[in-house]
Amino acid sequence: MREQAQQEGDEQAPHGVDAYVEFDGVSKSYDGVAQIVRNLDLTVHEGEFLTLLGPSGSGKTTCLMMLAGFEVPTGGSIRINGQSVDAVPPRRRNIGMVFQNYALFPHMTVGANLAFPLEVRGLDKDAVAERVARALRLVRLEGFEDRRPGQLSGGQQQRVAIARALVFEPRLVLMDEPLGALDRRLREEMQFEIRRIQRTLGVTVVYVTHDQQEAMAMSDRVAVFNGGRIEQVAAPEVLYEEPERPFVASFIGDNNLLHGVVAAVDGDTCDVTVGGLTVNAFMVEAHAVGDQVVLAVRPERTGLAAEAGMYTNEFEVQVRDMAFLGDHLRVLTDVGGQGFVVKIPNIVGHGGVLAGESVRIGWATLDCRALRPVEEAPAG
Amino acid sequence: MSAARRPGAGHYVHMAFCVAVLFFLIAPILVVVPLSFNAEPYFTFTEGMLRFDAEAYSLRWYEKVATSDEWLRALVNSFLIGGCATALATGLGTLAALGLANPAMPARPLVMGLLISPMVTPVIISAAGMFFFYSTLGLAQTHLGLILAHAALGTPFVVITVTATLTGFDTNLTRAAANLGAGPWRSFRRVQLPLIAPGVVSGALFAFATSFDEVVTVLFMGGLEQRTIPREMWAGIREQISPAILAVATLLIAFAVSLMLVVEWLRRRGLSERSA
Repeated sequence: MREQAQQEGDEQAPHGVDAYVEFDGVSKSYDGVAQIVRNLDLTVHEGEFLTLLGPSGSGKTTCLMMLAGFEVPTGGSIRINGQSVDAVPPRRRNIGMVFQNYALFPHMTVGANLAFPLEVRGLDKDAVAERVARALRLVRLEGFEDRRPGQLSGGQQQRVAIARALVFEPRLVLMDEPLGALDRRLREEMQFEIRRIQRTLGVTVVYVTHDQQEAMAMSDRVAVFNGGRIEQVAAPEVLYEEPERPFVASFIGDNNLLHGVVAAVDGDTCDVTVGGLTVNAFMVEAHAVGDQVVLAVRPERTGLAAEAGMYTNEFEVQVRDMAFLGDHLRVLTDVGGQGFVVKIPNIVGHGGVLAGESVRIGWATLDCRALRPVEEAPAG
Repeated sequence: MSAARRPGAGHYVHMAFCVAVLFFLIAPILVVVPLSFNAEPYFTFTEGMLRFDAEAYSLRWYEKVATSDEWLRALVNSFLIGGCATALATGLGTLAALGLANPAMPARPLVMGLLISPMVTPVIISAAGMFFFYSTLGLAQTHLGLILAHAALGTPFVVITVTATLTGFDTNLTRAAANLGAGPWRSFRRVQLPLIAPGVVSGALFAFATSFDEVVTVLFMGGLEQRTIPREMWAGIREQISPAILAVATLLIAFAVSLMLVVEWLRRRGLSERSA
């Protein structure tokens, strides 16, 4: 099952399966004790938009900095296009980078900022001017050559930073939370803009963010980081529909997590005892009777069972609280003594659900995934 | 309470106090300026000067300075020693500040303390120490010896001003330069130096002013050939008692004021650059 999900993820890569960037058992520790990145394997395909997603301190930015060459791995190896870059300094890696605070040179005009990497590479004046103009056209900032970064809005600075990372035509571009400083509306606009530019040029992008919606909206694949490890790498739909780990299930979208013990196994499904109730679940990987598992059930995949037999799992529960949220109702209940949220679409005939009432809720076996619980507490 | 309600009562006392402070600070310096135009060989205001009699004023002491071999030699020495010492102090001080800004540098407070020590040690102690040390090396009574001594005295100013500028420096900028392909030298010259330039230049001006004003080390270390302007003034007061030193003093005041104006202008430019 695990491998199958992995392969489905790989098929989402738009340009075949060429490994362009490879992390091979990479570790990083600053003090020799706390491991920021633990024995990490990751493959980025050529032309792919891959996002490193995770909470702060999960090691995603450290991975990006190691790829850029600003941090040196304490273990393992990083390869770009099949060549180890462990001994290659940042300036020889030919990787474009958009920094979190843009890092535009404040004393230079926009034109001089963009010309900088070209002059370093010894291009003649005409070629520099031509490429600078083309890069500015790409980010829709024609005619801004003579402005200083300080005279631009946040969004415009962002575009200049992207143009500077692309102007020397690198095949790989890294972006470190580039939209973090922008307001929500501008952020959504820039998400499409970055995606458009990446598709136009076909460059490989490794993107770091802690915003799951941003990751879902932009990426071909997302690597979910937690405690210095990757929990799962897959296309956004796969991460949402087929999480393999409890962390992924709870980090991507909303999920109800129920802790239980396997009581019976039948092919791909199993019966799990949750606080006296028996829940039929789909097994993401093989489990044996007596195993501890975590069941993940999306609130929107549950519903009220108007008549018995609508779902393979149906339970009579008490409504503890409910909230009307316009397009849906959010109903808080208990299943087997564990908190459980049911999301009911606001359509005619949802039936008035009131706090304190008893209702019959249910969900399908395939919408209830039995996951291996976390064996160890995440470090730090 | 009624006094506090009347605005101005305390305010005027405060203003008077400030004016008095400024007066006592500046008056002894400013009084030199009119005296330097004295037509008579005295250090006091003559009756003619007090009557604003044009006859009582002259440029004779300026002429004397301009035509004196000793004063011209002192002028050349001051600029030669000051210029070389400043170049040395600025280069070394900037490098030291860059190194001290690196978190990986070991024993930073100790090194910083050593570099700053010439500023807090009484000059006469430094000067005496340098004299004995440089004598054994054959550097006493040479231009090189004085340049090195003044460079040591000027370096702390550069270290302090450049360090202050570096605290506001975004290290992502040097990372960006490296990422874009620039080597360390190009990154320093094109990105870091232009941004810390106000600190470097004001440090250099302070280092130059230190050397330009300095008399104690010159007394110890300099021979006749190394006499700078302050050393020549010292000799002028002790040996000749000529108002020519008032003319020189006036020129030095004008020079010092223009240096300070440059520093202030750089500071404002640095501020506007950063806020831009």
